[in-house]
Amino acid sequence: MLGPALVGVAFLVLPLAGLLLRAPWGSLGRVLATADVASALRLSLLTATLATALSFILGVPLAWLLARSQFPGVTWLRALVTLPLVLPPVVGGVALLVAFGRNGFAGQYLDRWFGVTLPFSTAAVVVAEAFVAMPFLVVTVEGALRSADQGFDEAAASLGASRMTVFRRVTMPLIAPSLVAGGVLCWARALGEFGATIVFAGNFPGRTQTMPLAVYLALESDPDAAIALSLVLLAVSVLVLVALRDRWLHSSLFR
Amino acid sequence: MSADPVQGLGFDATVRRGDLTLTLDIAVPPGEVLGVLGPNGAGKTTLLRALAGLTPVSTGRIVLDGRVLDDAATGQFLEPAQRPVGLVFQDYRLFPHMSVLDNIAFSARSRGAGRTRSREQAASWIDMLGLGALARRMPAQLSGGQAQRVALARALAGEPALLLLDEPLSALDAGTRLDVQAELRRHLGQFSGPTLLVTHDPVEALVLADRLLVLENGAMVQQGTPASVARRPATDYVARLVGLNLYAGRAEGDQVSLPGGGGFVVPDHGQHGDVLVSCRPASVLVSSRDNGAQAPTGWSARNSWAGTVAGLSMLTDRVRLDIDATPSVLADVTAASVAELGLAPGVAVWVSVKATDLDVYSSLAP
Repeated sequence: MLGPALVGVAFLVLPLAGLLLRAPWGSLGRVLATADVASALRLSLLTATLATALSFILGVPLAWLLARSQFPGVTWLRALVTLPLVLPPVVGGVALLVAFGRNGFAGQYLDRWFGVTLPFSTAAVVVAEAFVAMPFLVVTVEGALRSADQGFDEAAASLGASRMTVFRRVTMPLIAPSLVAGGVLCWARALGEFGATIVFAGNFPGRTQTMPLAVYLALESDPDAAIALSLVLLAVSVLVLVALRDRWLHSSLFR
Repeated sequence: MSADPVQGLGFDATVRRGDLTLTLDIAVPPGEVLGVLGPNGAGKTTLLRALAGLTPVSTGRIVLDGRVLDDAATGQFLEPAQRPVGLVFQDYRLFPHMSVLDNIAFSARSRGAGRTRSREQAASWIDMLGLGALARRMPAQLSGGQAQRVALARALAGEPALLLLDEPLSALDAGTRLDVQAELRRHLGQFSGPTLLVTHDPVEALVLADRLLVLENGAMVQQGTPASVARRPATDYVARLVGLNLYAGRAEGDQVSLPGGGGFVVPDHGQHGDVLVSCRPASVLVSSRDNGAQAPTGWSARNSWAGTVAGLSMLTDRVRLDIDATPSVLADVTAASVAELGLAPGVAVWVSVKATDLDVYSSLAP
């Protein structure tokens, strides 16, 4: 057992170690300071944050619905909502294009009625990232809502609090750690999104070219820049792990 | 259906929750503390949940001060948040992320008062209940007794017309319980609306309640003043609770025969038919049956019978014997008697009771 286990460790660790060993430490600052890289970094941070915000606005009520209601078909709805977790992101991108493309079944009305064209815009990046990342938030928050003690909600209701007040002043604060964890997971996933973004939003520097896309492109022309960008994403991942370490170490994330 | 009382609480309904069906018709006038006693699963908590609006009634209605809270026939249902009902949960359910002050201010805040105004109101409740030193603490920093008082303050701060207490003292240790009990009694005395106090502690019920209601299996089995319930229990559960021996039998003049065998000679008040016979364990005399010793004389012969000690347990100042016999009986003796008579499990004894120590009453009137 020990042999394969050690090989397993090596398999996971060696590539990352290689990244560190091959990193152009001397020129790291210069590479990251180039205009393209800086704009990709800025765009990534902006879109991942907006996608996380969108996920909170839509995902938290959705998690509440899944956790607290018992209408028939809720199981199916839950499966549907979590589908993007296992769906290849490229497929998600194609699906978004079919739905919200200029000639898509929803996109044509966006275009006709509001003059809004989503694909290949920064907004498309946000939509693609949210599509892929929101289920992480929904699953985490739903699990927390399920295991939360509904007795506090009852107590709040008995004290005259409306449903909205209960939700805002009792339910949400009590699951705050899970909201943070779900938000961080969602943000990290959005930051690393590649497949859906490149299909739905394309690869336009300064507009839709996020960090992962820039890494992919740089690999052809400037491997050092690709490694430098990868290091930044690796650092972000490590930070996320540190932020979530209590949850990883002490409990299963998806309770 | 009984007429709706204009003042106080009227509950005449059936409530289903899980496997339990609670059917009850009661009225509680303003200012009265109704103690609700019963074993686990009797429907005590279900009753409170129905009153608070957390579980709707299946049939019948609930009326408070002339206002319908729930009516299965007309479909009227007042949401929990709309009901003027204060509920103190068994586990208190203080919001763990709010200070004591904000917990107590929660109700006013929820009903639309601003933060400052709610806190001022809460502060006056805090003063009234002597919780001043705790205002800024978080619930996790409170002792059990303190948490209980905060929970009561939080419920009272909503200025309810009906107060519900679910085993308010059960989470406290024995020492704290006496203090909090005395204080709770004072606060209940000041509350002007009806109060329902669910408990399975007979002492708590006797001390705090004006009237007792005993529930078993979702139905009322007895109600009355604490004194009458304690003196004349109607079921084995109540008898055990108040520490009495209780037997159901048939009376014929001064003779009561028990269905399981055995019987008593009782004071003749001309009773006939189904009766209950109760006697205090302290009135039961225990004597030795070793080596063929005879039953003690000078007693009514019919009220002496043979038994075997099944168990002994120490009470504060005496020993309670559990004696296997026909009928079986609990007897309280002094520790000295235990030593003198060599009482131990398996020891043969005579059990005797004076006829005048037996209380005989009809089993029909709850």
